[in-house]
Amino acid sequence: MRIVEKAQLMSAPEIDRTLQRLAHEIVEKSGGTKHLALIGIRRRGVPLAERIAFAMRGIDGVEVPVGTLDITLYRDDLSKVASHAVLQSSDIPFGVDNMDLVLVDDVLYTGRTIRAAMNGLFDLGRPKRVSLCVLIDRGHREMPIEAQFTGRVVQTSNTEIIEVRLREVDSEERVVLVDRMDG
Amino acid sequence: MTHRFRDLLALEPLTADELTFLLDQSKPFQEIQKHSLKKLATLRGKTVALAFFENSTRTRISFGTAASRLGADTMNLQAEASSLKKGESLLDTVHTLNAMKPDCLVMRHAASGAADFVARNLDIPVINAGDGTHEHPSQGLLDALTIRERKGRIDNLNVTILGDIQHSRVARSNIHLLGKFGCRFTLCGPAMWVPRELEQIVPQGTSVRRVFNIEEALEGADVVLVLRVQAERLHEPALSANDYVLLYQLNSERLRRANRDAIVLHPGPMNRGIEISPEVADGPQSCVLEQVTNGIAVRMALLFLLITAHSEYEGTHPAGEAPQPRNRRATDIKDPSHASR
Repeated sequence: MRIVEKAQLMSAPEIDRTLQRLAHEIVEKSGGTKHLALIGIRRRGVPLAERIAFAMRGIDGVEVPVGTLDITLYRDDLSKVASHAVLQSSDIPFGVDNMDLVLVDDVLYTGRTIRAAMNGLFDLGRPKRVSLCVLIDRGHREMPIEAQFTGRVVQTSNTEIIEVRLREVDSEERVVLVDRMDG
Repeated sequence: MTHRFRDLLALEPLTADELTFLLDQSKPFQEIQKHSLKKLATLRGKTVALAFFENSTRTRISFGTAASRLGADTMNLQAEASSLKKGESLLDTVHTLNAMKPDCLVMRHAASGAADFVARNLDIPVINAGDGTHEHPSQGLLDALTIRERKGRIDNLNVTILGDIQHSRVARSNIHLLGKFGCRFTLCGPAMWVPRELEQIVPQGTSVRRVFNIEEALEGADVVLVLRVQAERLHEPALSANDYVLLYQLNSERLRRANRDAIVLHPGPMNRGIEISPEVADGPQSCVLEQVTNGIAVRMALLFLLITAHSEYEGTHPAGEAPQPRNRRATDIKDPSHASR
Protein backbone atom coordinates (compact mmCIF):
# COMPACT_ATOMS: atom_id res chain seq x y z
CA MET A 1 0.00 0.00 0.00
CA ARG A 2 1.30 3.40 -0.96
CA ILE A 3 0.21 6.74 0.38
CA VAL A 4 -0.10 9.29 -2.41
CA GLU A 5 -0.70 12.98 -2.01
CA LYS A 6 -3.55 13.92 -4.36
CA ALA A 7 -4.13 17.57 -3.70
CA GLN A 8 -3.43 20.44 -1.40
CA LEU A 9 -6.71 21.65 0.08
CA MET A 10 -5.45 24.64 2.03
CA SER A 11 -2.23 26.60 2.22
CA ALA A 12 -0.94 28.20 5.40
CA PRO A 13 -2.50 31.63 4.59
CA GLU A 14 -5.79 29.93 3.71
CA ILE A 15 -5.81 28.13 7.05
CA ASP A 16 -5.18 31.45 8.74
CA ARG A 17 -7.98 33.26 6.85
CA THR A 18 -10.39 30.40 7.53
CA LEU A 19 -9.69 30.54 11.27
CA GLN A 20 -10.23 34.32 11.23
CA ARG A 21 -13.60 33.84 9.56
CA LEU A 22 -14.57 31.05 11.99
CA ALA A 23 -13.66 33.31 14.92
CA HIS A 24 -15.97 36.04 13.55
CA GLU A 25 -18.78 33.57 12.93
CA ILE A 26 -18.59 32.15 16.44
CA VAL A 27 -18.63 35.60 18.06
CA GLU A 28 -21.48 36.76 15.83
CA LYS A 29 -23.69 33.69 16.29
CA SER A 30 -23.08 33.34 20.02
CA GLY A 31 -24.86 36.59 20.84
CA GLY A 32 -22.45 37.67 23.56
CA THR A 33 -19.20 36.15 24.63
CA LYS A 34 -19.73 36.28 28.38
CA HIS A 35 -20.21 32.53 28.77
CA LEU A 36 -18.32 31.49 25.66
CA ALA A 37 -15.41 29.04 25.88
CA LEU A 38 -13.50 26.95 23.36
CA ILE A 39 -12.56 23.32 23.93
CA GLY A 40 -9.83 21.95 21.66
CA ILE A 41 -9.92 18.19 21.10
CA ARG A 42 -6.50 16.60 21.30
CA ARG A 43 -4.49 16.70 19.36
CA ARG A 44 -4.83 19.15 16.47
CA GLY A 45 -8.00 20.71 17.81
CA VAL A 46 -5.91 22.26 20.58
CA PRO A 47 -3.74 24.63 18.50
CA LEU A 48 -6.78 25.44 16.34
CA ALA A 49 -8.81 26.45 19.41
CA GLU A 50 -5.93 28.57 20.67
CA ARG A 51 -5.63 30.34 17.31
CA ILE A 52 -9.35 31.01 17.13
CA ALA A 53 -9.23 32.44 20.66
CA PHE A 54 -6.31 34.62 19.60
CA ALA A 55 -8.27 35.83 16.57
CA MET A 56 -11.25 36.67 18.81
CA ARG A 57 -9.02 38.90 20.91
CA GLY A 58 -8.49 40.95 17.75
CA ILE A 59 -12.21 41.28 17.08
CA ASP A 60 -13.16 43.45 20.03
CA GLY A 61 -10.73 42.44 22.69
CA VAL A 62 -12.82 39.41 23.54
CA GLU A 63 -10.98 37.08 25.98
CA VAL A 64 -12.35 33.60 25.56
CA PRO A 65 -11.05 30.80 27.81
CA VAL A 66 -9.64 27.72 26.08
CA GLY A 67 -9.65 24.19 27.45
CA THR A 68 -8.29 20.96 26.04
CA LEU A 69 -9.98 17.59 26.03
CA ASP A 70 -8.47 14.13 25.61
CA ILE A 71 -11.16 11.71 24.46
CA THR A 72 -9.22 8.44 24.84
CA LEU A 73 -11.23 7.25 27.83
CA TYR A 74 -14.48 7.86 25.98
CA ARG A 75 -13.68 6.11 22.71
CA ASP A 76 -15.94 3.30 21.50
CA ASP A 77 -13.11 1.43 19.75
CA LEU A 78 -10.56 1.12 22.55
CA SER A 79 -10.09 -2.60 22.08
CA LYS A 80 -8.96 -1.95 18.51
CA VAL A 81 -6.53 0.83 19.23
CA ALA A 82 -5.24 -0.04 22.68
CA SER A 83 -1.59 0.17 21.83
CA HIS A 84 -2.19 3.69 20.57
CA ALA A 85 -4.27 4.58 23.56
CA VAL A 86 -1.76 6.78 25.29
CA LEU A 87 -3.67 9.03 27.62
CA GLN A 88 -3.09 12.73 27.71
CA SER A 89 -4.44 15.03 30.34
CA SER A 90 -7.55 17.04 29.74
CA ASP A 91 -7.15 20.58 30.96
CA ILE A 92 -10.32 22.57 31.35
CA PRO A 93 -9.47 25.32 33.83
CA PHE A 94 -13.05 26.62 34.18
CA GLY A 95 -16.40 25.19 35.23
CA VAL A 96 -18.52 24.07 32.28
CA ASP A 97 -21.90 24.53 34.01
CA ASN A 98 -24.07 26.97 32.05
CA MET A 99 -21.26 27.71 29.60
CA ASP A 100 -21.62 28.17 25.87
CA LEU A 101 -18.98 25.70 24.70
CA VAL A 102 -17.55 25.36 21.22
CA LEU A 103 -15.74 22.09 20.54
CA VAL A 104 -12.90 22.57 18.07
CA ASP A 105 -11.37 19.80 15.96
CA ASP A 106 -9.45 19.58 12.71
CA VAL A 107 -11.53 17.12 10.66
CA LEU A 108 -15.15 16.00 11.05
CA TYR A 109 -15.57 12.48 9.63
CA THR A 110 -17.69 9.74 11.25
CA GLY A 111 -18.72 11.91 14.20
CA ARG A 112 -17.51 9.34 16.72
CA THR A 113 -14.80 11.59 18.11
CA ILE A 114 -17.38 14.29 18.77
CA ARG A 115 -19.71 11.77 20.43
CA ALA A 116 -16.82 10.80 22.73
CA ALA A 117 -15.94 14.44 23.41
CA MET A 118 -19.52 15.24 24.42
CA ASN A 119 -19.53 12.33 26.87
CA GLY A 120 -16.31 13.69 28.32
CA LEU A 121 -17.75 17.19 28.62
CA PHE A 122 -20.91 16.05 30.33
CA ASP A 123 -18.84 14.24 32.96
CA LEU A 124 -17.60 17.70 33.95
CA GLY A 125 -20.97 19.36 34.32
CA ARG A 126 -23.94 20.68 32.39
CA PRO A 127 -23.04 23.21 29.72
CA LYS A 128 -25.82 25.49 28.48
CA ARG A 129 -24.99 24.83 24.87
CA VAL A 130 -22.38 22.84 22.96
CA SER A 131 -21.58 23.57 19.34
CA LEU A 132 -18.94 22.27 17.00
CA CYS A 133 -16.33 24.03 14.90
CA VAL A 134 -14.14 22.11 12.44
CA LEU A 135 -11.58 23.14 9.88
CA ILE A 136 -12.65 20.45 7.38
CA ASP A 137 -15.89 18.48 7.06
CA ARG A 138 -15.24 15.45 4.87
CA GLY A 139 -18.64 13.70 5.16
CA HIS A 140 -19.26 9.98 5.81
CA ARG A 141 -21.05 10.52 9.10
CA GLU A 142 -21.97 7.54 11.27
CA MET A 143 -23.63 9.62 14.01
CA PRO A 144 -26.30 12.33 13.93
CA ILE A 145 -23.70 15.05 14.43
CA GLU A 146 -23.13 18.22 12.38
CA ALA A 147 -20.79 21.18 12.74
CA GLN A 148 -22.22 24.66 13.31
CA PHE A 149 -18.99 26.30 12.15
CA THR A 150 -17.16 24.74 9.21
CA GLY A 151 -13.98 25.89 7.49
CA ARG A 152 -14.52 23.94 4.31
CA VAL A 153 -16.62 21.00 3.14
CA VAL A 154 -14.66 18.48 1.06
CA GLN A 155 -16.10 15.54 -0.86
CA THR A 156 -13.97 12.47 -0.17
CA SER A 157 -13.96 8.74 -0.81
CA ASN A 158 -13.54 6.29 2.04
CA THR A 159 -9.96 5.42 1.16
CA GLU A 160 -8.85 9.03 1.17
CA ILE A 161 -7.33 10.67 4.20
CA ILE A 162 -7.29 14.33 5.06
CA GLU A 163 -4.14 15.41 6.79
CA VAL A 164 -4.22 18.69 8.62
CA ARG A 165 -0.63 19.66 9.32
CA LEU A 166 -0.11 22.47 11.78
CA ARG A 167 3.12 24.17 12.71
CA GLU A 168 2.56 23.55 16.44
CA VAL A 169 2.46 19.79 15.88
CA ASP A 170 3.99 19.06 12.48
CA SER A 171 6.93 20.46 10.62
CA GLU A 172 4.73 22.30 8.11
CA GLU A 173 1.41 24.08 7.78
CA ARG A 174 -1.14 23.02 5.16
CA VAL A 175 -4.07 20.69 4.56
CA VAL A 176 -3.60 17.86 2.06
CA LEU A 177 -5.75 15.11 0.61
CA VAL A 178 -3.92 11.79 0.41
CA ASP A 179 -5.05 8.41 -0.87
CA ARG A 180 -4.11 4.83 -0.17
CA MET A 181 -3.21 3.12 -3.44
CA ASP A 182 -2.70 -0.59 -3.90
CA GLY A 183 0.63 -1.74 -5.28
CA MET B 1 5.52 5.57 23.34
CA THR B 2 3.13 2.69 22.85
CA HIS B 3 2.92 0.47 25.86
CA ARG B 4 3.52 -3.26 25.85
CA PHE B 5 2.65 -4.35 29.36
CA ARG B 6 0.79 -7.60 29.73
CA ASP B 7 0.94 -8.09 33.49
CA LEU B 8 2.25 -6.01 36.34
CA LEU B 9 4.04 -8.41 38.65
CA ALA B 10 7.02 -6.40 39.86
CA LEU B 11 8.76 -3.07 39.33
CA GLU B 12 12.24 -4.56 39.35
CA PRO B 13 12.29 -5.57 35.63
CA LEU B 14 10.86 -2.24 34.38
CA THR B 15 13.05 0.46 32.91
CA ALA B 16 13.03 4.09 34.01
CA ASP B 17 11.17 4.98 30.78
CA GLU B 18 8.49 2.38 31.40
CA LEU B 19 8.05 3.53 34.98
CA THR B 20 7.79 7.16 33.86
CA PHE B 21 5.19 6.10 31.31
CA LEU B 22 3.08 4.41 34.01
CA LEU B 23 3.32 7.50 36.23
CA ASP B 24 2.38 9.78 33.32
CA GLN B 25 -0.61 7.61 32.47
CA SER B 26 -1.85 7.99 36.05
CA LYS B 27 -2.10 11.74 35.72
CA PRO B 28 -5.38 11.94 33.75
CA PHE B 29 -6.93 9.67 36.37
CA GLN B 30 -5.77 11.98 39.16
CA GLU B 31 -7.81 14.72 37.51
CA ILE B 32 -10.88 12.52 37.40
CA GLN B 33 -10.66 12.16 41.20
CA LYS B 34 -11.33 15.90 41.37
CA HIS B 35 -14.51 15.78 39.27
CA SER B 36 -17.89 15.61 40.95
CA LEU B 37 -18.78 12.81 38.53
CA LYS B 38 -15.97 10.28 38.95
CA LYS B 39 -17.35 7.39 36.99
CA LEU B 40 -16.30 6.55 33.44
CA ALA B 41 -17.73 3.98 31.08
CA THR B 42 -14.35 3.09 29.57
CA LEU B 43 -14.27 -0.51 30.84
CA ARG B 44 -18.02 -1.09 30.82
CA GLY B 45 -18.74 -4.80 30.49
CA LYS B 46 -15.30 -5.80 31.75
CA THR B 47 -14.81 -7.68 35.00
CA VAL B 48 -11.91 -7.44 37.41
CA ALA B 49 -11.37 -10.41 39.75
CA LEU B 50 -9.96 -9.38 43.11
CA ALA B 51 -8.40 -12.40 44.78
CA PHE B 52 -6.94 -11.55 48.17
CA PHE B 53 -5.50 -14.69 49.70
CA GLU B 54 -4.04 -12.52 52.43
CA ASN B 55 -6.02 -9.96 54.39
CA SER B 56 -6.22 -6.53 52.93
CA THR B 57 -8.65 -3.72 53.34
CA ARG B 58 -7.25 -0.62 51.75
CA THR B 59 -5.59 -2.19 48.72
CA ARG B 60 -8.68 -4.24 47.95
CA ILE B 61 -10.98 -1.23 48.31
CA SER B 62 -8.61 0.87 46.24
CA PHE B 63 -8.51 -1.62 43.35
CA GLY B 64 -12.29 -2.15 43.65
CA THR B 65 -12.92 1.59 43.51
CA ALA B 66 -10.51 1.99 40.60
CA ALA B 67 -12.36 -0.73 38.68
CA SER B 68 -15.80 0.70 39.37
CA ARG B 69 -14.74 4.25 38.44
CA LEU B 70 -13.66 2.86 35.08
CA GLY B 71 -17.08 1.26 34.68
CA ALA B 72 -15.86 -2.32 35.25
CA ASP B 73 -17.49 -4.82 37.58
CA THR B 74 -15.61 -6.75 40.24
CA MET B 75 -15.75 -10.25 41.65
CA ASN B 76 -14.29 -10.67 45.11
CA LEU B 77 -12.51 -13.56 46.71
CA GLN B 78 -11.39 -13.13 50.29
CA ALA B 79 -9.14 -15.27 52.39
CA GLU B 80 -11.66 -16.06 55.13
CA ALA B 81 -14.44 -17.09 52.84
CA SER B 82 -12.24 -18.81 50.32
CA SER B 83 -12.09 -22.47 49.51
CA LEU B 84 -8.35 -22.37 50.25
CA LYS B 85 -9.49 -23.00 53.79
CA LYS B 86 -11.13 -26.13 52.47
CA GLY B 87 -7.93 -27.41 50.94
CA GLU B 88 -8.20 -26.24 47.33
CA SER B 89 -4.87 -25.48 45.68
CA LEU B 90 -4.01 -21.93 44.60
CA LEU B 91 -4.01 -22.93 40.96
CA ASP B 92 -7.42 -24.63 41.20
CA THR B 93 -8.83 -21.54 42.87
CA VAL B 94 -7.58 -19.13 40.21
CA HIS B 95 -8.63 -21.47 37.40
CA THR B 96 -12.12 -21.52 38.91
CA LEU B 97 -12.13 -17.74 39.08
CA ASN B 98 -10.83 -17.55 35.53
CA ALA B 99 -13.62 -19.83 34.35
CA MET B 100 -16.02 -17.03 35.36
CA LYS B 101 -14.30 -15.03 32.60
CA PRO B 102 -12.85 -11.99 34.30
CA ASP B 103 -10.74 -9.67 32.13
CA CYS B 104 -8.02 -9.12 34.73
CA LEU B 105 -6.93 -10.72 37.99
CA VAL B 106 -5.66 -8.63 40.89
CA MET B 107 -4.15 -10.85 43.52
CA ARG B 108 -2.42 -10.73 46.87
CA HIS B 109 -0.79 -13.75 48.41
CA ALA B 110 1.46 -14.44 51.40
CA ALA B 111 3.96 -16.35 49.24
CA SER B 112 6.61 -14.41 47.33
CA GLY B 113 6.31 -15.21 43.64
CA ALA B 114 2.66 -16.31 43.85
CA ALA B 115 1.43 -13.71 41.34
CA ASP B 116 4.18 -14.63 38.92
CA PHE B 117 3.27 -18.32 39.22
CA VAL B 118 -0.40 -17.59 38.57
CA ALA B 119 0.38 -15.29 35.63
CA ARG B 120 2.30 -18.08 33.93
CA ASN B 121 -0.80 -20.21 34.06
CA LEU B 122 -3.48 -17.72 33.04
CA ASP B 123 -4.19 -15.98 29.76
CA ILE B 124 -5.58 -12.80 31.36
CA PRO B 125 -3.50 -9.94 32.74
CA VAL B 126 -2.43 -10.35 36.36
CA ILE B 127 -1.66 -7.48 38.71
CA ASN B 128 0.37 -8.28 41.79
CA ALA B 129 -1.24 -6.55 44.78
CA GLY B 130 1.49 -7.81 47.10
CA ASP B 131 3.25 -11.18 47.20
CA GLY B 132 4.93 -12.14 50.47
CA THR B 133 8.04 -10.08 51.05
CA HIS B 134 8.73 -9.67 47.32
CA GLU B 135 6.94 -6.66 45.80
CA HIS B 136 3.86 -4.47 45.92
CA PRO B 137 4.23 -2.68 42.60
CA SER B 138 1.11 -0.50 42.66
CA GLN B 139 2.20 0.83 46.07
CA GLY B 140 5.65 1.64 44.70
CA LEU B 141 4.02 3.53 41.82
CA LEU B 142 1.61 5.49 43.99
CA ASP B 143 4.45 6.45 46.34
CA ALA B 144 6.50 7.69 43.38
CA LEU B 145 3.51 9.60 42.01
CA THR B 146 3.02 11.25 45.41
CA ILE B 147 6.72 12.15 45.63
CA ARG B 148 6.70 13.53 42.09
CA GLU B 149 3.70 15.70 42.86
CA ARG B 150 5.09 17.09 46.10
CA LYS B 151 8.75 17.43 45.15
CA GLY B 152 8.33 18.01 41.42
CA ARG B 153 10.70 15.14 40.60
CA ILE B 154 11.70 11.64 41.64
CA ASP B 155 15.33 11.68 40.61
CA ASN B 156 18.40 12.09 42.81
CA LEU B 157 16.53 12.31 46.10
CA ASN B 158 17.73 11.17 49.51
CA VAL B 159 15.25 8.56 50.66
CA THR B 160 15.24 7.26 54.22
CA ILE B 161 13.26 4.11 54.93
CA LEU B 162 12.41 3.36 58.56
CA GLY B 163 11.28 0.09 60.12
CA ASP B 164 11.04 -3.57 59.19
CA ILE B 165 12.68 -3.40 55.79
CA GLN B 166 13.52 -7.09 55.77
CA HIS B 167 9.87 -8.13 55.50
CA SER B 168 8.62 -5.14 53.51
CA ARG B 169 7.49 -5.59 49.91
CA VAL B 170 6.62 -1.89 49.94
CA ALA B 171 10.24 -1.01 50.68
CA ARG B 172 11.46 -3.32 47.90
CA SER B 173 9.11 -1.88 45.29
CA ASN B 174 10.10 1.63 46.31
CA ILE B 175 13.80 0.82 46.14
CA HIS B 176 13.44 -0.85 42.73
CA LEU B 177 11.54 2.12 41.34
CA LEU B 178 13.37 5.08 42.87
CA GLY B 179 16.74 3.36 42.50
CA LYS B 180 16.36 3.60 38.72
CA PHE B 181 16.14 7.38 39.06
CA GLY B 182 19.36 7.76 41.01
CA CYS B 183 17.84 8.13 44.48
CA ARG B 184 20.12 7.37 47.43
CA PHE B 185 18.75 5.17 50.18
CA THR B 186 19.31 5.15 53.90
CA LEU B 187 17.77 2.16 55.62
CA CYS B 188 17.20 2.34 59.35
CA GLY B 189 15.63 0.01 61.90
CA PRO B 190 16.52 -2.78 64.31
CA ALA B 191 19.61 -4.51 62.89
CA MET B 192 17.90 -7.81 62.14
CA TRP B 193 15.25 -5.97 60.09
CA VAL B 194 17.91 -4.24 58.01
CA PRO B 195 20.11 -7.09 56.82
CA ARG B 196 23.18 -6.50 54.71
CA GLU B 197 21.61 -8.43 51.79
CA LEU B 198 19.34 -5.46 51.12
CA GLU B 199 22.36 -3.69 49.68
CA GLN B 200 22.37 -6.29 46.91
CA ILE B 201 18.82 -5.81 45.63
CA VAL B 202 19.40 -2.41 44.09
CA PRO B 203 20.72 -1.75 40.60
CA GLN B 204 24.49 -1.43 40.48
CA GLY B 205 25.76 1.97 41.37
CA THR B 206 22.80 2.81 43.64
CA SER B 207 23.88 4.11 46.99
CA VAL B 208 22.43 2.23 49.97
CA ARG B 209 23.48 2.91 53.54
CA ARG B 210 22.42 0.96 56.59
CA VAL B 211 22.24 3.21 59.61
CA PHE B 212 21.07 2.14 63.04
CA ASN B 213 20.66 5.52 64.66
CA ILE B 214 17.47 7.24 63.55
CA GLU B 215 18.77 10.80 63.99
CA GLU B 216 21.72 10.02 61.77
CA ALA B 217 19.47 8.24 59.25
CA LEU B 218 17.23 11.29 58.86
CA GLU B 219 20.05 13.76 58.28
CA GLY B 220 19.55 15.37 54.86
CA ALA B 221 16.55 13.22 53.86
CA ASP B 222 14.18 14.50 51.14
CA VAL B 223 11.71 11.64 51.53
CA VAL B 224 11.05 9.59 54.67
CA LEU B 225 9.19 6.33 54.13
CA VAL B 226 7.89 4.96 57.42
CA LEU B 227 6.92 1.29 57.36
CA ARG B 228 4.23 -0.24 59.48
CA VAL B 229 5.49 -2.17 62.50
CA GLN B 230 3.70 -5.46 62.78
CA ALA B 231 3.17 -6.05 66.48
CA GLU B 232 3.43 -9.79 65.97
CA ARG B 233 6.97 -9.33 64.65
CA LEU B 234 8.31 -7.12 67.44
CA HIS B 235 9.54 -10.14 69.33
CA GLU B 236 12.06 -10.82 66.54
CA PRO B 237 14.42 -8.01 67.47
CA ALA B 238 13.28 -8.59 71.07
CA LEU B 239 11.90 -5.10 71.45
CA SER B 240 8.94 -3.93 73.44
CA ALA B 241 6.65 -1.41 71.81
CA ASN B 242 8.07 1.20 74.18
CA ASP B 243 11.63 0.40 73.15
CA TYR B 244 10.65 0.74 69.52
CA VAL B 245 9.10 4.15 70.15
CA LEU B 246 12.19 5.28 71.99
CA LEU B 247 14.63 4.08 69.36
CA TYR B 248 12.85 4.30 66.00
CA GLN B 249 9.63 6.32 66.13
CA LEU B 250 9.50 9.19 63.67
CA ASN B 251 8.50 12.18 65.77
CA SER B 252 8.61 15.86 64.96
CA GLU B 253 11.85 16.49 66.82
CA ARG B 254 13.63 13.78 64.85
CA LEU B 255 12.04 14.88 61.58
CA ARG B 256 13.80 18.26 62.00
CA ARG B 257 17.02 16.44 61.12
CA ALA B 258 15.67 15.87 57.63
CA ASN B 259 15.64 18.58 54.99
CA ARG B 260 13.19 21.35 55.75
CA ASP B 261 10.95 20.41 52.81
CA ALA B 262 11.18 16.66 53.39
CA ILE B 263 7.98 14.68 52.97
CA VAL B 264 6.76 11.69 54.98
CA LEU B 265 5.10 8.65 53.43
CA HIS B 266 3.45 5.70 55.12
CA PRO B 267 1.78 2.86 53.23
CA GLY B 268 -0.81 2.41 55.99
CA PRO B 269 -2.42 1.27 58.09
CA MET B 270 -0.52 3.43 60.58
CA ASN B 271 0.16 2.46 64.15
CA ARG B 272 -0.12 5.96 65.49
CA GLY B 273 2.21 6.42 68.41
CA ILE B 274 4.36 3.42 67.49
CA GLU B 275 6.32 3.96 64.26
CA ILE B 276 5.01 7.48 63.68
CA SER B 277 3.93 10.15 66.14
CA PRO B 278 0.51 11.79 65.71
CA GLU B 279 2.06 15.25 65.09
CA VAL B 280 4.07 13.89 62.18
CA ALA B 281 1.20 11.80 60.82
CA ASP B 282 -1.07 14.85 60.77
CA GLY B 283 1.63 17.43 60.05
CA PRO B 284 2.19 19.42 56.87
CA GLN B 285 5.00 17.11 55.72
CA SER B 286 2.81 14.03 55.83
CA CYS B 287 1.44 12.73 52.51
CA VAL B 288 -0.47 9.74 53.80
CA LEU B 289 -3.88 10.83 52.54
CA GLU B 290 -2.53 11.94 49.16
CA GLN B 291 -1.03 8.47 48.87
CA VAL B 292 -4.49 6.98 49.26
CA THR B 293 -6.02 9.27 46.61
CA ASN B 294 -3.12 8.70 44.23
CA GLY B 295 -3.47 4.95 44.77
CA ILE B 296 -6.82 4.98 42.99
CA ALA B 297 -5.39 6.94 40.05
CA VAL B 298 -2.43 4.55 39.68
CA ARG B 299 -4.70 1.52 39.85
CA MET B 300 -7.13 3.00 37.33
CA ALA B 301 -4.20 3.52 34.96
CA LEU B 302 -2.99 -0.07 35.44
CA LEU B 303 -6.42 -1.60 34.90
CA PHE B 304 -7.03 0.61 31.87
CA LEU B 305 -3.69 -0.18 30.24
CA LEU B 306 -3.68 -3.93 30.88
CA ILE B 307 -7.33 -4.60 30.08
CA THR B 308 -7.44 -2.55 26.87
CA ALA B 309 -4.17 -4.10 25.69
CA HIS B 310 -5.50 -7.56 26.44
CA SER B 311 -8.78 -6.96 24.56
CA GLU B 312 -6.79 -5.86 21.56
CA TYR B 313 -4.62 -8.96 21.81
CA GLU B 314 -7.68 -11.22 22.08
CA GLY B 315 -9.28 -9.42 19.16
CA THR B 316 -6.47 -10.61 16.93
CA HIS B 317 -7.37 -14.25 17.63
CA PRO B 318 -10.73 -15.48 16.36
CA ALA B 319 -12.89 -17.34 18.87
CA GLY B 320 -11.82 -20.92 19.27
CA GLU B 321 -8.25 -20.06 18.49
CA ALA B 322 -7.52 -18.41 21.80
CA PRO B 323 -3.79 -18.15 22.36
CA GLN B 324 -2.27 -20.72 24.68
CA PRO B 325 -1.02 -19.30 27.93
CA ARG B 326 2.61 -18.60 27.28
CA ASN B 327 5.47 -19.15 29.58
CA ARG B 328 5.96 -15.63 30.79
CA ARG B 329 8.59 -13.85 32.73
CA ALA B 330 7.79 -11.47 35.52
CA THR B 331 6.13 -8.45 33.94
CA ASP B 332 6.40 -9.91 30.51
CA ILE B 333 6.25 -7.53 27.65
CA LYS B 334 4.52 -8.27 24.40
CA ASP B 335 6.46 -8.52 21.22
CA PRO B 336 6.83 -4.88 20.21
CA SER B 337 6.18 -5.65 16.56
CA HIS B 338 2.75 -6.85 17.57
CA ALA B 339 1.86 -3.73 19.50
CA SER B 340 3.00 -1.11 17.04
CA ARG B 341 1.37 -0.33 13.79
